[in-house]
Amino acid sequence: MIEHPKAEELVEAVARWIDSVRPQLAPRDAFLARVAANALGVVKRELQQGAAAEAAAVERLSAVLGRGGTLSELNADLCARLRAGEMDAATPGLLAALRANITEQIAIDQPSYAPEPG
Amino acid sequence: MSDQVLEGLQRLAPELAGEGASVEGLQRLSGGASMETWAFVLVGRDARDELVLRRRTAPMAPEEGRSVSLATEAALITAAHAAGAPVAQLVHLARPADGLGEAHITRRVAGETLGRKIVSDPRFEAVRPKLARQCGEILAQIHAAPPPPGLKTVDALEELARYEEVYRKSGAERPILELAFQHLKKIAPPPVAPVLLHGDFRNGNLMIDSERGVSAVLDWELSHCGDPAEDLGWICVNSWRFGRADLPVGGFGHYEDLLAGYVAAGGQEIPLSRVLYWQALGSLKWGVMCLMMYASYASGAESSVERPMIGRRVSETEIDLVTLLENGL
Repeated sequence: MIEHPKAEELVEAVARWIDSVRPQLAPRDAFLARVAANALGVVKRELQQGAAAEAAAVERLSAVLGRGGTLSELNADLCARLRAGEMDAATPGLLAALRANITEQIAIDQPSYAPEPG
Repeated sequence: MSDQVLEGLQRLAPELAGEGASVEGLQRLSGGASMETWAFVLVGRDARDELVLRRRTAPMAPEEGRSVSLATEAALITAAHAAGAPVAQLVHLARPADGLGEAHITRRVAGETLGRKIVSDPRFEAVRPKLARQCGEILAQIHAAPPPPGLKTVDALEELARYEEVYRKSGAERPILELAFQHLKKIAPPPVAPVLLHGDFRNGNLMIDSERGVSAVLDWELSHCGDPAEDLGWICVNSWRFGRADLPVGGFGHYEDLLAGYVAAGGQEIPLSRVLYWQALGSLKWGVMCLMMYASYASGAESSVERPMIGRRVSETEIDLVTLLENGL
């Protein structure tokens, strides 16, 4: 992977530029510019954390399901079993695995989100 | 468009405020694909009234299948007002001869609707602790009002079925949403006698005055009949606490105050578990709505950067749903 600059540095530079011109924009465009800069924040965090989060999610779901596969295969299998009633909230380890996965996902999507207190 | 609105309002002015009355300061507040909102001042001989015109500019789209007509909205506002709830009072429901299309005119109520400001701005510090109880009182008033004819009645299982269908069509495979659908179907509370619901009662649709608290309940278009706990749970969904997750009611108050206000104003005793059930169903609904907004981008129907970004808000509903499930919902 090219490192000078890294992809996340390019994304960050564009986000900074958007932020710098935001004050000159009309209200609707200023709002959308903020959304655009936030979108680049998601991309940057996914570049940095996405691969590790996905690998960890695959490992957790594999343990719950007792099989291997890609993340989308495992998600699809788990959804099918939940829908069929073969697994539910009482399935050992399921909620813990889902919590760990979604915690890493929200760290990418919306790190400032204050979740429902436990 | 603006000319047509101004002409219609000028023609109507004498009827609303007496001979010689006129309209000033017409200003577009917001406009979606099918609905416009305008602010204006009606100047009569003795008074200047700040008013709001809401008008439909395109026929109701299929995805708005749950929205009520503006005539029904007008009837809802009138019924809620008669029941004692704070609303932006109805001034006029447009007739075909007014040339304004499907529209209504209400008073313009002063205050703040931005949720983030309501939960964090020092201006609202004094009133904030009173809001949850007030919301309970207002909901009891709305729930006691007679529903206008033509409103749909929906219970928990029907609501889940409707959103599950949308979720299936989206093609998304999200284990937490799937688990939530199955779990909420399994533990659905027995249906109760349906009451009139606001349908979108949350921080963001409430006009807040820094001294009086809730000065108007806005946006009645999702009103329907159903379980009273649906409205109580919706305002507790974490997605409208604006960072104040520690204050479950709208980011400004506590469950106990909401429920105490509800009972004090004549509402029935509702167990917290039922509110939490509807709160979880609310998070699930919002998650599916976020998926739909992404889908409108993916299909090419919408191109704004806002749409795909809302898709990344599904995970906020998922983390909250996991917590509610862990807490023994």
